Amino acid sequence: MRSRLRYLLLLPPLVFLGVFYFYPLVSIFGQVFSTAAQKEAGGLGKLLGTGYLARIMWFTTWQAALSTLLTLVLALPGAYVFARYDFRGKGLIQSLTAVPFVLPTVVTAAAFKSLLGRGGLLNAGLMKLLHLEGPVINLDHTVWFFLLAHVFYNYTVVLRLVGGFWARLPRDLAPAARLLGASGPQAFFRITLPLLRPAILAASLLVFTFCFTSFGVVLLLGGPRLATLEVEIYRQAVHLFDLPAAAALSLVQILFTFGLMAVYTWFERHTSVSLMPEPARPALRPAGQGRHRLVVGASSAFLALLLGAPLAALFLGSILTEDGLSFVYYAGLWENRAQSILYVAPITALVNSLAFALAATLIALALGWLSAAFLAGPRTRTGSLLDPLFMLPLSTSAVTLGFGFIIALDEPPLNLRTSWILPSLAHALVAFPFVIRSLLPAWRGIPASLREAAAVLGASPFRIWKEVDWPILSRALAVGGVFAFAISLGEFGATVFVARPQTPTLPLAIFRFLSQPGAMNYGQAMAMSCLLMAATAAGFIFLERLRPARGSF
Amino acid sequence: MNKPVPTILLTVTLLFAPRALAAPPVLTLMTHDSFAVSKGLLESFEKAQGLKLRVLKSGDAGAALSQAILSRSNPLADVFFGIDNTFLGRALAAGIFEAYPAPGLAGVSDDLKLDPSHRLLPVDFGDVCLNYDKAWFAKKGIAPPQGLDDLVKPLYKDLTVVQNPATSSPGLAFLLTTVGRFGEEGYLDFWKKLRANGVYVSTGWTDAYYGQFSRAKGGTRPIVVSYASSPPAEVFYSEKPLGEAPTAAVLGSGNAFRQIEFVGLLKGTKQVEPARKLIDFMLGPDFQKDIPLNMWVFPAVAGTPLPEVFVKHTQLAREPVLLTPESIEAGRRRWIEAWTEAVLR
Repeated sequence: MRSRLRYLLLLPPLVFLGVFYFYPLVSIFGQVFSTAAQKEAGGLGKLLGTGYLARIMWFTTWQAALSTLLTLVLALPGAYVFARYDFRGKGLIQSLTAVPFVLPTVVTAAAFKSLLGRGGLLNAGLMKLLHLEGPVINLDHTVWFFLLAHVFYNYTVVLRLVGGFWARLPRDLAPAARLLGASGPQAFFRITLPLLRPAILAASLLVFTFCFTSFGVVLLLGGPRLATLEVEIYRQAVHLFDLPAAAALSLVQILFTFGLMAVYTWFERHTSVSLMPEPARPALRPAGQGRHRLVVGASSAFLALLLGAPLAALFLGSILTEDGLSFVYYAGLWENRAQSILYVAPITALVNSLAFALAATLIALALGWLSAAFLAGPRTRTGSLLDPLFMLPLSTSAVTLGFGFIIALDEPPLNLRTSWILPSLAHALVAFPFVIRSLLPAWRGIPASLREAAAVLGASPFRIWKEVDWPILSRALAVGGVFAFAISLGEFGATVFVARPQTPTLPLAIFRFLSQPGAMNYGQAMAMSCLLMAATAAGFIFLERLRPARGSF
Repeated sequence: MNKPVPTILLTVTLLFAPRALAAPPVLTLMTHDSFAVSKGLLESFEKAQGLKLRVLKSGDAGAALSQAILSRSNPLADVFFGIDNTFLGRALAAGIFEAYPAPGLAGVSDDLKLDPSHRLLPVDFGDVCLNYDKAWFAKKGIAPPQGLDDLVKPLYKDLTVVQNPATSSPGLAFLLTTVGRFGEEGYLDFWKKLRANGVYVSTGWTDAYYGQFSRAKGGTRPIVVSYASSPPAEVFYSEKPLGEAPTAAVLGSGNAFRQIEFVGLLKGTKQVEPARKLIDFMLGPDFQKDIPLNMWVFPAVAGTPLPEVFVKHTQLAREPVLLTPESIEAGRRRWIEAWTEAVLR
């Protein structure tokens, strides 16, 4: 009886996906392929026939795998520190690690170039210091440049998903293993790592998918010689008008990621372990004494270098003017030189951005919660099929989906092509896989015995939910909320390719400044980016405060 | 649809339905992200016509055109502005525009009227050309480049940045400049020499101008592909008032490509008359006069007064390269692919 009712949970997410994801995709594929069949499908055959597709697939896959590996290796120590230690400014630093997530790729690229480019700060400094003629660091237009940017973007995914999970692991297991004679590394690889596997897998899947469909940073930092599948789809669709080729490539992308996610889902289902979670406010180690202080210090320093330096370069760009340090660019934001209607007051853009982000976050949280509630239940065939399905929006080409919206959502009651709600819906589509992945490991990890014990002790179902499930889930939900908020603020996904009326947001205002010559335009783009970062950080701090069980992760 | 509709949709529909009944008729102008006009200008048009004008921004010029073509059976807008001559052939072939021989065309020079069927009408134009950093050349004591031929000389090694024609509109325009200048037989040779001379290919205009050009923070190259109007924009958007532009455009004969932007009436619009009025308005003196400082291009109607910053700091290109829309449409893909092979592989 209860298990039948469980299926009702699926109704909203499935309807949402059906209407805003599958319907547009099927429409665009249908239209493109039927017209392509009428004409000669020469280009398509050429595309699939030569080694061209294989080359792009190979490059896309290995760069995503390498990005994921790098991010994991660099972020796991950070996750450990955040899970196990308590230190001053922890909450703030944790909030700030998600800031890169909202930066438009143009801005990230500008930050990396002004820091590490041929004429960037680091090269200029080194050349002066070592009296060199040419630049020392030549990352520009190499794979390494955008791999670095991928780590910059995704560090927070691993930190939050794995760190949050790690904080809940019983902390007496590893010491117990040590007591029984295991070495430190042995205890880590045999006990801790296997226990962390669900969270590590979930984070890896998100990071991999993100990098697999990476577009902007690859174009801007990788240069014209390197192309991921997503870059190629964009090129074919927007600049060569070859929609059949673009659609075929999108289909390949979708099928590949679906396969990958199916494998992951299977794996996850067979590896999740439920453990007695630590209390909501576990006794964390203060970072006061010698060795511990060093660990925390080193990890904070690393964070400052990896995430802080590019952000600092951005901030520097917004205050470094011809006359030295000044706030003229910020002042300029409030001035409309050309008397243009396109002029966007920073406050207007900020309010628009926040409104879109709030709507998207609420939709994503609601849908993600329902989906996770179903998926966390008993193992069913439906579940193994739906789980990878729910992840698909994250891995679908933004151009293709955007074009799909245009031809599919054009009739009442779905005449949403130019509605104010469309950006939020499109952002929620990308954000809700993040919410599911944040929630599921936590949900599956709640031991049934805990609920049963509470029931035996006479707790009502509501009380059980409130005392057992909610404290654990609320933490995971806040993490999902942060991601959803960030994804929407950064205008990630199909909205870039969707027509929209005059509702300027911060990222759109930044693009606008960066499309015209003149020192003020560049400076104001940097200033606007800093406003975006500040708004994001404030939003995250607010979200973190909302959740009841503060103090841990 | 017989499926249950999510609550959000219902709310949205309910919220919008009554408003749609009460409001004045809405005319929609679809355009690219660079569209801009002065405050109040569109309001004067709205007032005169008793309607509400909605401007729909749809990404860059290529993305906007793709959207217009995709939505042809149920158009997103009544009027489309922002197709340039590199995409004109494609837009006409798609058959999404309706002819309108606007009276305002009389004032437009014949070179700009590329569509004899009057489905797409010229509104403005800009010259894509080389820009250079004056201070850099003065400091090094090297003569600034006079044209394309200079770029392949050893003196100018590693100094030039261009945009990828496969991902950038000025990049494509510059590729077409070389095709027009050196011909189908010669343009690849030029590019091979340019490659040997250390040309830097960036993804788009922003990346080139704000990332690699020596005027930018961290940029090292003093020659960049941009517009004839970039020097006045540098003056207009400078931090402090400037007497002289910090950059200059190379405008000699055969060294620039004239990018012409067109407006057209979308087939299937139910508001033909108001849509025509909008096109008339865009070819009228108020709108034309407003173009330079907002979109940083030149007005199409001859004799439209230019703002001082344009008069002082730039000129039109002399004898820009001419290619017919048909030849561009026929050659675009082939040229881009051959270019990619020659310059990137």
